[in-house]
Amino acid sequence: MTSDTLEARRSGRTYAFPMSRIVIFVIAVAILALVPAGATALHMPSVTGFATQVLIYAIAAMSLNLILGYGGMVTFGHAAFFGVGGYVLGILYQHSAQRSAFLALVPGTDNLAVALLAAVLIGAATAAVIGSLSLRTRGVPFIMITLAFAQMLFFLFVSLKTYGGDDGLMMRRRDVVPFVDARDDISYYLICLTLAVGWLVLTWCLVRSRFGAVLSGLRQNERRMMAIGIAPYRYRLVAFVIAGAGAALAGALMANYLRFVSPDMMHWTKSGELMMMVILGGAGTLFGPILGAAAMLALETALAAYTENWQFYLGIILLAVVMTTRGGLSALLDRASGR
Amino acid sequence: MTSPMLELRGVCKRFGGLTATDDVSLAISPGELHAIIGPNGAGKTTLLNQVAGELRHDAGAILLDGHEIGTLPPWERVGRGLARTFQITQLLPDETVLDNVTLAVQVQRGHSFRFFADARSDPDAHAQATQFLQDVGLAASASVRVADLAHGERKQLELAVALATRPSLLLLDEPMAGLSFVESQHMVALLRRLKGRVTMVLVEHDMDAVFALADRISVLVYGRVMATGSSDDVRANPAVRTAYLGEDGD
Amino acid sequence: MIILEQILNGVQFGLTLFLMSAGLTLIFGIMGVINLAHGSLYMIGAYAAALTAVRTGSVWLALVGGLAAAALGGIVIEFAVVRRLYARNHLDQVLATFALVLIINQGANMLLGRQPLFVAMPPALSGSVTLLPGLTYPVYRLLVIAVGATVAAGLFAMIHGTRIGMLVRAGATHRQMVRALGVNVALLYTAVFGIGALLAGLAGVIAGPITSVQVGMGEQVLILAFVVVVIGGLGSVRGAFFGAIAAGLVDTLSRAFLPTLFRQIMDGSNADALASGMSAISIYLLMALVLLMRSQDLLAEKS
Repeated sequence: MTSDTLEARRSGRTYAFPMSRIVIFVIAVAILALVPAGATALHMPSVTGFATQVLIYAIAAMSLNLILGYGGMVTFGHAAFFGVGGYVLGILYQHSAQRSAFLALVPGTDNLAVALLAAVLIGAATAAVIGSLSLRTRGVPFIMITLAFAQMLFFLFVSLKTYGGDDGLMMRRRDVVPFVDARDDISYYLICLTLAVGWLVLTWCLVRSRFGAVLSGLRQNERRMMAIGIAPYRYRLVAFVIAGAGAALAGALMANYLRFVSPDMMHWTKSGELMMMVILGGAGTLFGPILGAAAMLALETALAAYTENWQFYLGIILLAVVMTTRGGLSALLDRASGR
Repeated sequence: MTSPMLELRGVCKRFGGLTATDDVSLAISPGELHAIIGPNGAGKTTLLNQVAGELRHDAGAILLDGHEIGTLPPWERVGRGLARTFQITQLLPDETVLDNVTLAVQVQRGHSFRFFADARSDPDAHAQATQFLQDVGLAASASVRVADLAHGERKQLELAVALATRPSLLLLDEPMAGLSFVESQHMVALLRRLKGRVTMVLVEHDMDAVFALADRISVLVYGRVMATGSSDDVRANPAVRTAYLGEDGD
Repeated sequence: MIILEQILNGVQFGLTLFLMSAGLTLIFGIMGVINLAHGSLYMIGAYAAALTAVRTGSVWLALVGGLAAAALGGIVIEFAVVRRLYARNHLDQVLATFALVLIINQGANMLLGRQPLFVAMPPALSGSVTLLPGLTYPVYRLLVIAVGATVAAGLFAMIHGTRIGMLVRAGATHRQMVRALGVNVALLYTAVFGIGALLAGLAGVIAGPITSVQVGMGEQVLILAFVVVVIGGLGSVRGAFFGAIAAGLVDTLSRAFLPTLFRQIMDGSNADALASGMSAISIYLLMALVLLMRSQDLLAEKS
């Protein structure tokens, strides 16, 4: 049976990418690149910070979308990799500041490029371990197991008193990059924009490649794919690892932006929020997760301005969306533009 | 006597107390079209699933072209030259007809860990896929999404996808089921054209089609092979008449 | 003696987990639904009992209040939301029940504040008894073991001996069949959901005097119950029982004995750090081990 497949979310046919869309894409990136200048001109510097967070969450949501939207794997533990990425950067910074070494072996660093690379690699490795176990199952057990492993990492970091335990790790300053002042908010925004666009292009390449076709085929009908000679487990695992690397990249960027990392980054409600971004935006679409990340953060910010109990209203909105609509924001946009 | 393309030796399968496949032994020669008939619940599809690898048999041996394949997972059996169609069509509903076949062509040509090149701008694979669609008479619908396809066309597409893996042994699970009279005749003609090129095992309820196509027929009743022989042998076999035609008297 | 005491603690924790996982596994087995709000029912039970105890001072009323609130909460949730999810895919089920968790948790914060409640042990149950020479054990924890064991026995008797149990067993494997037999499936589903809620509420009520009552307590237990259900096999009450006992023992014993164990092979601070990390995740490591040993049987799940 294929009851777990996202059969309803098939609006995501992004394979054809005509020139007109490329032009729109370039214009959109150009506008995004001008956001800090606009914010400065309008004397609203907080906009740049907000936009930075949107871009970072967009990377995390895009990475989740690869497995959830395209691959049909309903994982409830994606925040684990987000948190692992954050901790990699935070731990490397702490050792750099204290001039000590991780496990007395690996020296720390406050070089952003090195820290991001390390976060991506360790995020991928963590995803390989968790994925190789949880992908032995599917459906509801898969949901439960991914959630449980994320919780395991949560408690592991809570118990690590060396790295702040419950309270998390503070960083005095942001990481640096050669030749660029990465501690400046505007430069950091542009770094995040570059990486988000890079991840978008990577996702675009992946979903239209043969690997992407197999992944999407496994979502639609696993029996069919086995009958043409596909071993499902390997392809799913590779997608899971790529997604874990993406979430870790986002987590490291977020930790560096906030100069703070704590177990809350991998709390199970964070996994739920990432899922909501993907679903609100439109699972299995290229731009959906970006829209979803922007919509979620805007909604949270707006609600939090009125009430400290914003999660209550967020829950009601989510419930209403899930019970009444299908396909998310990008389906709504498609319908509005008459596609 | 040539060595058989597919050989089953004492294959058994139990589900709890129910014996679904009871000591089945068969030998199917290269190029043969071998039909398996029997009343509903006789275990025909269960037997196909064991050959294809979706079910693991409890005892016995399954040999493809002289090599044991009984322990291999389904995808590796495909790599050894085995393909199948499904009674209830199993296709990728979001993709076009052509993409369904193209994917099978690409998988057949090698692993699919290709992350960057656009899968859809592969003219060679498209050309081959189009050829398979022409073979089954579906070329006109190449750009139709499978979800929008009629039942009869899905049956044809199942066959095209299976052929695209370039099998030496093709397992057909009720390819006529649900087809109109005209569509059935078309399918029979299609399978007749394939005869000799591919060894086929045909599970089918449409007796006209079976008698028109099969070189040999095996009758399966309660998981056991009751008789194997030419269509005339089977038609004349009194045990078959009582056990099979008597129960399923149409 | 300390080992025996810790084993009893482990069994007691395991039985609490069983009350949670039994409901989860029943609800999944029969309705095919994953319910993240199951932990909220645990919290509702704990809060209702704690508040009743404060207002009335009666242990019995607290018990009744906690159970009634949880069962009622479960029935309302089933009726308003979960009923509409049976035909949906698992993703929708997860998202909708996740939304419920946000609503219920934050609602509890709004109504009851963020301060944890500490429930006083009922005086009659606050003593200890001497079980063996040198082994004294709190009465309350013994009672929890007795209640858990009784409920487990009752549940097995119900599943294997009654008409409801037969429907439950049949429903798990032949959902369509039960429907075709003209059983009022909607009522059966609500009843099963209510039983699950009652069990979760009971777990919450009895956990109150042992842990503090606060928002978020439900999800911690919920995720442990997921682990139990995965270890025991989804849909099996018997599996949930053994999974829960195993998880309870592993967690309690590793917390109790790992520090001493590690201190014998390394120096103190490293040993403590490693031991606290290991025991925090021991249950999850048990799950990983079970998954590793389970063969990757794609096809068995299919048929």
